[in-house]
Amino acid sequence: MPVSFFLVLSALLFSIGVYGVLARQHAVLVLLSIELMLNAVNVNLVAFSAYLQDAGLAGQVFALFVIAVAAAEVGVGLAIVILIYRNRASVDVDDLSLMKW
Amino acid sequence: MNLLLFAQEHSEEVIESSKQGFFSDFMWLVPLLPVLSFFVILFFGKKLKDRGHSVGIAALSIGLLLSLVGFVELAAGNAAVEKSWTWFELGEHFHIEFGMNYDFLTGIMFLVVCTVSLLVHIYSTGYMHDDKRYTIFYAFLSLFTGSMLAMVLANNMMMLFVGWELVGVCSYFLIGHYWEEKENSSAAIKAFITNRVGDTGFLFGIFGLFVLAGTFNINELNHLAEEGTIGGTSLTIVALLLFCGVVSKSAQFPLYVWLPDAMAGPTPVSALIHAATMVVAGVYMTARMFILFEHAGSALDVVAIVAAITMVLAAILALIQDDIKRVLAYSTISQLAYMMAALGVGAYTAGVFHLFTHAFFKALLFLGAGSLIHAVHSNNMSDMGGLKDYMPHTFRTFMIGSLGLAGIFPLAGFFSKDEIIGGALRSASESHQAAAWIVLIAAIVTAFLTALYMTRACVMTFWGPFEGEHEPHESPGSMVTPLWVLAAATITVGFLGFPIIGPFQDWITVPGHEHHGFETLYNIVLPAGATLVALAAIGLGLQLFLFKKWRYDILASPFAWTYRLVENKYYLDDFYLKGIVRPVQYKLSAATYWSNQKILDGAVNGVAAGVLAVARPTYAVIDQQVIDFAVNGAAGLTGYSGGLLRYIQSGNVQRYAAFLFAAVAGFVALFALTS
Amino acid sequence: MTAAVYQQIVFWVLAVVIGFSAIRVVTSSNVIHAALYLVGTLLGAAGMYILLVAEFVAWVQVLVYVGAIVVLMLFGLMLTRAPIGKGKYDNDQRPLAALCAAAVFGVTSWIMIDAFEGKSIDLSGNVRSTAEGIGDLIFSKYVLPFEVVSMLLLAALVGAVVIARRDPSPGADTRSAPGKGVQE
Repeated sequence: MPVSFFLVLSALLFSIGVYGVLARQHAVLVLLSIELMLNAVNVNLVAFSAYLQDAGLAGQVFALFVIAVAAAEVGVGLAIVILIYRNRASVDVDDLSLMKW
Repeated sequence: MNLLLFAQEHSEEVIESSKQGFFSDFMWLVPLLPVLSFFVILFFGKKLKDRGHSVGIAALSIGLLLSLVGFVELAAGNAAVEKSWTWFELGEHFHIEFGMNYDFLTGIMFLVVCTVSLLVHIYSTGYMHDDKRYTIFYAFLSLFTGSMLAMVLANNMMMLFVGWELVGVCSYFLIGHYWEEKENSSAAIKAFITNRVGDTGFLFGIFGLFVLAGTFNINELNHLAEEGTIGGTSLTIVALLLFCGVVSKSAQFPLYVWLPDAMAGPTPVSALIHAATMVVAGVYMTARMFILFEHAGSALDVVAIVAAITMVLAAILALIQDDIKRVLAYSTISQLAYMMAALGVGAYTAGVFHLFTHAFFKALLFLGAGSLIHAVHSNNMSDMGGLKDYMPHTFRTFMIGSLGLAGIFPLAGFFSKDEIIGGALRSASESHQAAAWIVLIAAIVTAFLTALYMTRACVMTFWGPFEGEHEPHESPGSMVTPLWVLAAATITVGFLGFPIIGPFQDWITVPGHEHHGFETLYNIVLPAGATLVALAAIGLGLQLFLFKKWRYDILASPFAWTYRLVENKYYLDDFYLKGIVRPVQYKLSAATYWSNQKILDGAVNGVAAGVLAVARPTYAVIDQQVIDFAVNGAAGLTGYSGGLLRYIQSGNVQRYAAFLFAAVAGFVALFALTS
Repeated sequence: MTAAVYQQIVFWVLAVVIGFSAIRVVTSSNVIHAALYLVGTLLGAAGMYILLVAEFVAWVQVLVYVGAIVVLMLFGLMLTRAPIGKGKYDNDQRPLAALCAAAVFGVTSWIMIDAFEGKSIDLSGNVRSTAEGIGDLIFSKYVLPFEVVSMLLLAALVGAVVIARRDPSPGADTRSAPGKGVQE
């Protein structure tokens, strides 16, 4: 199985995630896109782990940690989104532009 | 220098440096003491009980004593002393020195100045007794004496000039002593400015000497002229420039006009300064530089002719004056011309001898006139008359002085005047130059006129009825004693110049002129003739003025214009006033003022305006527009670009993220491509 | 057919699923649908892990990602009154975003293809018990990151609680409805 397949897949997934982060207006949808990116990274890591069998399972362990961090990040992120919704009655990212010129 | 010659005659070997007298080294004290006394009187005089005269008299007494001792040393065979100290130097060629040169000429002058000054000091204690500026008068007398002595002692032209100018300044102060009257201060100014005119020429002469010879030292200059190192036309011009100083200081034609007006000063001043000492400064200078003048082409001829003109003109002027001091003033001018004429024809010893004797009898005459004025309270002879009975001492001494001036044997004037006439005759017969003949004729005519006007003066003063107001009385002893001392001098000093045996010609000689002027007295005709001339004049004067025979009303005759001419002093003063003073005063000053306002101030203002004209556009354009534009522009550009760039801060996080990812992609590609 | 062929088929199927789902996540106009499409992506990724002989990671993925994170997302959507049905969820910089995404994709894929051309993963051979192996590694070699991650989780937990907590002052509004707590 050529390793480049997996790598390209992960790249694809990552770039779709990038598109989502940049193009979506709903805050939660942005978070979903971030999850996509993290998943792409995980795929990459596991693929390399399978490819580099001499390195043991380090890639998979790393992927586990990524999953844990993703979970934490989502928790905090949603807390923020809810707080913003409570204060501004909107989850539109475009409305959060108080720091504009 | 002359002593060296003398010493040569009396010793087998030439001594390089002759023995110098002990006191001769200290002759610089003689001018210093009066100068110090000036300062002492100036600062402390008013506090002294006698108001300052004792300081002056003490200084002069010591000075006279020293002069006598020094002279005796010289006469005993000691050498002349020359010393100098450098005052300052500019570069290696220009040295200004203080120096003294004590030889016979200096010694004689010292004796004259100290004696006459001391006598004037004593006389003034009586004459100026009631004067309110007594102290400053004595201060200036001291300063004057010190300056005159310094000038005579000087060994270089610069120091001589310093003394020359100082005596001029003192003369100014002393003439203007009664400055409350405007005419007195005007007389002082006239004296000073007229002297200044001549001094300009004198100074240029000194500069010329330095340019030619590279030195100011008098002995060196004479030596260089004698060798011929400096000579030709340039030396003649320099000598004539030096003569300019003589013309003003020693009152020759045409700059004698200040001397009659200087009689506005107190009579002791006239006696000291304008008869015996200051006015002879010019004669002294010529005698000092005599060798240089001899080798300066025809300079001496010019001197002789000018002197000849002066002596006759002045004698004529003396004939019609009413003011007794003016008679004596014009007489002084005439006698100074005699001395200059003597030097002009080469009768060196005669000229100096006449200077010597004239000092005594002219001072005597002036002091006697002062005594008369003091008694009568008027200068005019028309207010006097018959005073021989009221003022016997003054009468006798004045007569001695007059006869001395007229040149009657055995008084001093006889010997000195005859030497001059003899010298002129010798020069005329030897060299056949026109100048010498002119001098000879003028001298004889002047001798006649001198006796005539002195007779007139004496007759008007001492004979006839008294024309004044209150009864006059004889002057106090402080005034009479100096008169008698001077009378004694007049009687005796003539014999110093007695032909052949008199010591004067040994003292005062120049190489090449030894015993000149005195050998003509072998011939008895000359002195007899001169005496006859004088007696004839006296006789004519007595007839005209005493016995009042042979009256001649000149004013009604066709020669009235001559009288008018002389009465107006040949219109010389008018010429100076209208021709020189007024144009300078009004036209030249106005022109100078105009040029100052318009040109100088215009230039200054123009520069200022120009600077302003440059400054304003510089400010308006360069500073305001260009520089501020640059500065403001930089700020504005920053603001403007900031204003544009701020739109990047949209506040939209996704926008930021987009830029971030694009940049990341870009960098990764860059790294991938370059590695 | 050989195992390699089966593997390729499975890969391509899963790849298509993952790709399609991912695209639908970022282009769907219904938020709930987007979340559910994410579930598809995640399950596809889990399948990919199983293919890569990493079943522990696969099941942890399903457990945590699908089971917790997506649910959390749905809760978030619910609490923020996600509209039902279609809505506009794309902002104005879609072209720029597409450009950025394309750039990122291009660069990374090009680098990876360039680097790993021709290399392949050997999926045959000994199959190790990955759970045991992972456990060994975590608690021996990577125990420090493990502890740090646990601290991180704790911090995230506390932080989330603090952030989303209501204002405790008396008289404050405790409802989650907007209006009373709006500050402007």
